[in-house]
Amino acid sequence: MINQIPSITILTAEDDPDDRVLVQDAFLESGQDNTLLFVKDGNDLLQYLHRQGDYATPGQAPRPDLILLDLNMPHKDGRQSLAEIKADPNLRSIPVVVLTASSSDEDILSTYNHGGAGFIIKPETFQGLVEVVKGLNQYWFEVVELANGERFNSVRIIHPRSPHPNETL
Amino acid sequence: MDKNLKPVIFLMADDDPDDRLLIKEAFQESLVSNSIYFVEDGVDLLDYLRWEGKFSNPADAPVPDLILLDLNMPRKDGREALAEIKSDPLLRYIPVVVLTTSKAEEDIMRSYDIGAASYITKPVTFDGLVEAIRGLGQYWVQIVRLPVKEKA
Repeated sequence: MINQIPSITILTAEDDPDDRVLVQDAFLESGQDNTLLFVKDGNDLLQYLHRQGDYATPGQAPRPDLILLDLNMPHKDGRQSLAEIKADPNLRSIPVVVLTASSSDEDILSTYNHGGAGFIIKPETFQGLVEVVKGLNQYWFEVVELANGERFNSVRIIHPRSPHPNETL
Repeated sequence: MDKNLKPVIFLMADDDPDDRLLIKEAFQESLVSNSIYFVEDGVDLLDYLRWEGKFSNPADAPVPDLILLDLNMPRKDGREALAEIKSDPLLRYIPVVVLTTSKAEEDIMRSYDIGAASYITKPVTFDGLVEAIRGLGQYWVQIVRLPVKEKA
């Protein structure tokens, strides 16, 4: 055993820069120090996960332990991204939690049918979002055992600095 | 701050009567929900979900919002039951959380691969179990919205 607490990486796919800042702030406010990374749409998300395009540099795209997925995004939306991730044998073991402004019954049912591990309606207040982030962290990183995904990527990864959500992604 | 519109119904598949009792007490202790139903193995679980066999009266087998699944059970184990649930278009929407004593990396990876929503290793102490159930309840009852779907 390596005597070191492994860093947890959470990847958030969100097209709205303001929402990215809110999520980043809520994670900071919740007092956890996990690595939080952002992608701006579904295309970007799949490129990140496949380490293609802008994410081809080794070590640049650590495999996330958890994906937070917005549903309504340009280029490739969250619904299609979820279906692609869950159909890919190398990616399907990563839990995907939908975090969206939608509260439609159809989106909720479809998310679970496609293998989503939770559907969270974005709270309207920042304090509400902080509470959600706290509960999310507590459940996924204190109660649950996650799969050791680096089975597929045996290179040990040095986690990069989390980009500021306002940075051009 | 319950995000769901009706009480959440849990269904636990576990072959060990002592474990079923502990889970039931942990649910009561953690105040998560009193709506927890039990089946004893994978065959019963699928019968319950499909209203077949001894569960042919739907009144005795309310549709669960979340399934808690032990892995090691006789007749049909948790791995088989999970794969069957996730390949059934009428059942696959129900989140399945594995709750087992196994900490084997292979069980964890395989459970996620075949569609488990989460994997929880049963804590060895009762207090630990209460904490785990409280965390489970907080996430699935208070933070996420579960699907609203009555079986056709």
